[in-house]
Amino acid sequence: MKKIVKKHPLAIRWLHWINFPLLTIMIWSGMLIYWANDVYRLGWGDKTILKFFPDSFNKALNIPFRLAEGMSLHFVFMWLFAINGIIYFIYLLFSKEWKLIFPNKHSWKEAWLVVLHDLRIRKGLPPQKKYNAAQRIAYTGVIVMGLGMLLTGFAIYKPVQFYWLCAMLGGYEWARAEHFIITILFVLFFVVHVLQVIIAGWNNFRGMVTGFEVEPYIEIKTEETNIEPITVNPSSQTN
Amino acid sequence: MNNKEQIVTEKQVRNKTLLAFFFFFLFIAAVMIGWQWLHRQPQEQGALKPLRTVLDGNEFIFANFFSNNHLAKGFPKKLAVPRVRVNGDAGMSSDFNPETWKLRLVKAAGDTQYISIEEIKALPKTEIIFDFKCIEGWSQVTHWGGVRFSDFVKKYGLDEQAKLQFTGLTTPDEEYYVGIDNKSMMHPQTLLCYEMNGKPLPLNQGYPLRLIIPVKYGIKHLKRIGTIFFSSQRPPDYWYERGYDYYSGL
Repeated sequence: MKKIVKKHPLAIRWLHWINFPLLTIMIWSGMLIYWANDVYRLGWGDKTILKFFPDSFNKALNIPFRLAEGMSLHFVFMWLFAINGIIYFIYLLFSKEWKLIFPNKHSWKEAWLVVLHDLRIRKGLPPQKKYNAAQRIAYTGVIVMGLGMLLTGFAIYKPVQFYWLCAMLGGYEWARAEHFIITILFVLFFVVHVLQVIIAGWNNFRGMVTGFEVEPYIEIKTEETNIEPITVNPSSQTN
Repeated sequence: MNNKEQIVTEKQVRNKTLLAFFFFFLFIAAVMIGWQWLHRQPQEQGALKPLRTVLDGNEFIFANFFSNNHLAKGFPKKLAVPRVRVNGDAGMSSDFNPETWKLRLVKAAGDTQYISIEEIKALPKTEIIFDFKCIEGWSQVTHWGGVRFSDFVKKYGLDEQAKLQFTGLTTPDEEYYVGIDNKSMMHPQTLLCYEMNGKPLPLNQGYPLRLIIPVKYGIKHLKRIGTIFFSSQRPPDYWYERGYDYYSGL
């Protein structure tokens, strides 16, 4: 016998997996657009550590001279990306899932303990519900980034009609840079997220598809006494 | 034990897992098939037809946010760059003679008027310093002077024509051409422009007369205007035919 524990509601699983191709298409088409004015770099003065993006990178992915294609994809799939994100956010609020995902007053301190644990510096995790403190902060951060994408995107899409939004974000060129920086953060999040999922293992990954995690179940047969069945929790880390 | 937990057999775990992954892989297949289907669709004006339909729908939505009160932000003169970027030479053929140039204004079929640059300069002058935005993603604060298109329309009695949905502009050699909705043309910052940085336009910036329309991307700011006409249908547009959005409004 096994014990299955419900983890992710159906809506969250669908919205999560629908978001994956949508975000991929938005980043891909965004790269086709960005190529036409690829001015951003890491460095100072004349010194460039990393150019966004190196010519070899663009060439390998066949990015050059596809601006029109990129814009046509970007300004179509933006709707689906926005709608999916808004439905997700509304669902979080109404299902009370937000209580499990938004950071609480302990999260900021505990997140460090989680990071130390994940870096194998510290043993043991603070007690947690569905997500640990670092996850709460990371996942909530991604929601905020999604909102940031919509706002900075709007500001550079219609900078005259939504001039107030553009001004709030520091003007047209800043809004474009912010849109780009958040994209990079999305990619970095994706890398860490996938790594953590790999480390956390099958049970955790399966949870995002099936909705449940499986735990061992040990029943102690007792005839005379009324001892409750004991369940054993593996100290597995969850993502 | 709470309602989040359930005791099941290993077989039940396997069946529940298989069922969920069946739908998961079905979803992945649907995404991949959908993506391939999209790319098998015919092109309409250089863009895949379903995408073109949504782009036109975007115009329908965002045209509602357009207002003559929404202005491109102005800048002080000292921020205007002295060296203004030149980004394209379509329609700028070398056999052009600016000395004999006159604006060809088609008021209606068979009713064409020719207007000299002196006549245009005699109209009230408007200057604008704004952040010129290229569809490629760069922008530049630039300083322009000319006559408001709306003033031009008033002076030349074009009120009826301006009620049509579109204005079309072409270069003298008709190699470059744009179509623009008249709401944007009548915007108070839209200029028939003959000056840059307080001096007559350089030849490569469209001397003697070009369009400056801050509510649109640079692709609509046609240099070296040859002909202006009005239409109830979309006039041909150079970059639209090459896959870009027709409206291209900011």
